[in-house]
Amino acid sequence: MPNTVKLKKGLDIKLLGEADQVIIEAKKPTVVAIKPTDFHGLNPKVVIKEGEEVKRGQVFMYDKNNESVKFASPVNGTLTEIVRGEKRKILAIKINVLDKDDCEQVNVGDLASMSREQVKQVLLDGGMWPFLKQRPLDKIANPEVTPKAIFISSFDSAPLAPDYDFIMHDQGAFFQKGIDAIAKLTDGKVHLTLNGDQTADATFTNAKNVQINTIFGKHPAGNVGTQIHHFDPINKGEFVFTINPIDVVIIGKFFTDGKFDSSRIVALTGSEAKNRKYYKTIIGAQVSSIIDGNMEEGNVRVISGNALTGDNVGKDGFLGYYSSQITLLPEGNHLKFFLTKGWLGLGFDKYSSHRLFPTWITPNSKKRLDTNLNGEERGFVVTGEMEKVFPFDILPMYLIKAIIVNDIEKMEQLGIYEVAPEDFALCEYVCTSKIEIQDIVRKGLDVIEEECM
Amino acid sequence: MKALENFVENLEPKFVKGGKWEKMHPLYETLATFLFTPKHTTQKGAHIRDGVDLKRTMFTVIIALIPALLFGIYNTGHWHYSIMADFDPATYGAYADYMAGFGDKVLYGLGKVLPLIIVSYAVGLGVEFIFGFMRGHSLHEGFLVTGMLIPLIMPADIPLWMVAVGTAFAVLMGKEVFGGTGMNVVNIALLTRAFLFFAYPTKMSGDIVWKSGTADLLAKNGGMMPDGVSGATALGDLATFTGDSPTVAGQILSADMSHAELLSHFEKAYDPIEAVIGMMPGSIGETSFIAIMMGAAILLFTGVASWRIILSFFAGGFIFGLLMNGLGHNAYQELPAYYHLIIGGFAFGAVFMATDPVTAAQTNVGKLWYGFLGGMFVILLRVLNPAYPEGVMLAILLMNVTAPIIDHVVVQRNIARRTKRLKTA
Repeated sequence: MPNTVKLKKGLDIKLLGEADQVIIEAKKPTVVAIKPTDFHGLNPKVVIKEGEEVKRGQVFMYDKNNESVKFASPVNGTLTEIVRGEKRKILAIKINVLDKDDCEQVNVGDLASMSREQVKQVLLDGGMWPFLKQRPLDKIANPEVTPKAIFISSFDSAPLAPDYDFIMHDQGAFFQKGIDAIAKLTDGKVHLTLNGDQTADATFTNAKNVQINTIFGKHPAGNVGTQIHHFDPINKGEFVFTINPIDVVIIGKFFTDGKFDSSRIVALTGSEAKNRKYYKTIIGAQVSSIIDGNMEEGNVRVISGNALTGDNVGKDGFLGYYSSQITLLPEGNHLKFFLTKGWLGLGFDKYSSHRLFPTWITPNSKKRLDTNLNGEERGFVVTGEMEKVFPFDILPMYLIKAIIVNDIEKMEQLGIYEVAPEDFALCEYVCTSKIEIQDIVRKGLDVIEEECM
Repeated sequence: MKALENFVENLEPKFVKGGKWEKMHPLYETLATFLFTPKHTTQKGAHIRDGVDLKRTMFTVIIALIPALLFGIYNTGHWHYSIMADFDPATYGAYADYMAGFGDKVLYGLGKVLPLIIVSYAVGLGVEFIFGFMRGHSLHEGFLVTGMLIPLIMPADIPLWMVAVGTAFAVLMGKEVFGGTGMNVVNIALLTRAFLFFAYPTKMSGDIVWKSGTADLLAKNGGMMPDGVSGATALGDLATFTGDSPTVAGQILSADMSHAELLSHFEKAYDPIEAVIGMMPGSIGETSFIAIMMGAAILLFTGVASWRIILSFFAGGFIFGLLMNGLGHNAYQELPAYYHLIIGGFAFGAVFMATDPVTAAQTNVGKLWYGFLGGMFVILLRVLNPAYPEGVMLAILLMNVTAPIIDHVVVQRNIARRTKRLKTA
C-alpha cells in the first residue's frame, strides 16, 4: 500500500469565524454531563445514584451490551440528575462540579513489559476505552476483537476545525506514550496520517512506532475514514480501530501517572462567535461556560463539533465527548423571498459547489452560512454531485440507494463496512434534493450490525 | 415584502390538516414555496447546506433554453414567410431575405410558439396537480423543464390539441405511473414526441409540417407544390439519397449522379454555416447550433449538465459519422461526419435531452458510455434506416432504457474490484 495519497475530490467549505491561535482558560463549568447519545449503540447502566459523589477518573457508568466498557467521570463532583427521554432512554448524566479536585489514581504498571491483555484491561478499567472507536459501524471499539490496524489522523479538515498542530504542540512525550500503549492492541500497524498541504508539528513528525502516511487534498482528507480507505481498506470481517490524537495524549497521560486528565482544549468558532479563541475546559463541560458573553445577538445555533457533523446542543447544552470545537451559526428559520434571498435571488450570500451563485468568483472568501435547508426535500434526482466530493472508490449514490431499499447484500458489496456517517457529510451538504444522508448511512450501519455482525 | 410574508403565513392554517381547504394543500405549498424558500432548517447531520435546490437547478436549464427558444420563434416566422413568397411573390417576395421583416416574423413566430408553450405547461402541470391532490404532495420541479422542452421539439404547425394529448399521455404514463418526478424511466419530453410521432405521423414528419402554413397553401394550390419548393428538412432530403429519386430542396435529382455531386447539391441548399446559425426548417428549437451551444455553455459552466454525456454524445456521433464515410455505400453515408452534428436535432438532443439526470446513466463511467452509444445510435438510425430521417429521439429513448444496464455493469465492476481486494489481501 502506498503511504502518500493525493485526493482529487473533496470540498473545503470556507466559513467565517476561525479561532485565533491563543489558548485561554475558560470559566470553570459548574456542571458537566456525559451524554450516552455521543456513543452510538450504547446501552448505559449508571452505577452510582443521584446525589452521590464521584471522583475524577472513577467509573460511574458501563455499557450493558458490553460490560467491560466503562466510563470514568471527567470531574470530581456530585451526580445530580439523570436526564431521560422517550422510553426512559438516558440522554445525559449531569455532575455538579465540586471545588476540590480529587482524582482517582490507578497503578498502571510498566507499559513496556505489559501484554496486550494487560493494556486492554487497564484501558477498560480506567474508563479510557471509549476513546477508541472501530470501523465497521463507527462506534466504541469492541474489546473482543483484534483490529488489523489502528488509524490516527493528525489533522481535522472539517470547516473551521481546530488546529491539532497548535493544540498538541509540546505534547510529544504523552502522544508517544499513548501510541505505545494502543500499538499493543493490534498485530498490524498504527497509522498516523499527516496533512501533506502543510508542515505538521514535531509532536506528529517525531512519532515513533507508527507508520507515517501523508495525504494531500481537500476535506474530507482529514477524516480517518478517507485515510483508512486509501492506506489500508477494510474488507468484510476485518476491524480497524480509530482514535483522535488528542485522546491519544489522554491515554498517554493515563499511562504516565495513572490519572484521567479530562481537560480539553476547545476551539470556539463560527460567524456568530465573539472572542474566537481556544478555550481550556473539561470533557462534557456545559457550553455556557464558554459561550456566555461570546455570542452575537439573535437566533444562534450552538453546535458541539463542526458545522458538518456536530450536534445541535443548544445554549444550555454540553460539550460532546469527542468534541474539540464549538461552532456558532445563525439559525436560518425564516422565509426567504424568491427574488431576493430565495431560489431565484442573485445569491451573493449563497455558496454552492455548483457555479449557480455568483459567489463562485471568490472561492476563497469566507461565508456566513445559516442553517436553512435552502430548499425542500425532493426525489433523488441530480447525479454526479456527490461523486465530486466523495474521495472513495465507492459509488455513494448506489450505496445510499441500497441502504434506502434495505438491500443488505448490495450494501456489503458497495462498501458499507468502510464508511461512517461523517464520511458522507459533504455528500449531504451538496445534495440538491436535501436528503439526510448521514442519517441514512447510520441506519444502514445499524441494519448491518443487526444482520451481519 | 413583510406584508406578503404575513399573507402567505396567515393562509397556511386554512390549508393544513383540518383546515377549510385541506385538500388543496399541494396547491398552497407549491405556490408558497415558489414565493418563499421555506423556513426548514437542518435537523440532523450537516448543519449547513449548499445554496442550490432543485428549483434553481431547473430554472438554470430554462435559462439555457432561452437562446434556442428565441431563435426558434424567429425561425418559425421566417420559414412561414419564405414559403408564402413562393406562392405570392408580390406580397411576400421581400421576406425571402433572412433578415427582412424581422418584426413580422417574430410576431408570427410568437403566435405559433407561445400557444404551444401555454398548452404544454397547462396540461402537464394540470396532470401533476391532479396527482398531487391524490397523493397529498406538492408539485416538484421536474415539469418546469419538460414543459419548455416539449414545444421546442415540435414542428411549428402541430395542432394544439395534439400537443395536449401527447403531453397528458407522457406525464401520465411516463412519469406519474412510475411515482412522479425522479422515478420516470424515459425522458418525458421525448416520450411526448414519440407518442405524437407514432400516433399522428402526418403531423410530425414528412415535408408539410416544418414550414408553418405549408399545408394551407398546398390545399389552395390543388395539392401540388410549385417546382423547386419544398417543406422538407435537411434530413428529410438526405433520406431520399438512398432511394431512386434523390431530392434536394424540392429539386428532383437523378439517382445516377455520383455521391459527390448529390452532396454538392445538398451543401448548396443546406450550407453548413447556415446550419450552424440555424437558418433551416426543423423543430422549433433544434435548428440553431449556436443557440444550443449558448445553452450548453450555461449548463456546463454552472455544472448543471454532465460534460461527460454531452462530450461523449458528440464524440459518438462524429466517430460513427466517420465510420459511415468509410463504408461510403451511398451518398447519405458519405455525408461529412461533422454535418450530422449540426443538422437536425443532434445538438439539441445531446445538450438538453441526453443530459436529463433522471433518465441518463448515473455513474461517471456510465455517462461516457451512455453518451457515446447515444451519439452512435443517432447516426446508425439516420443513415442505415431511412424510414426515420431523424434518429435523435429514438436513439435517446433507446439509451434511456439501456442506461440502467450500463450503470449495472459499472457498479458490478466496482463490486468486483472490492471483492478482488479481499482475495488478494
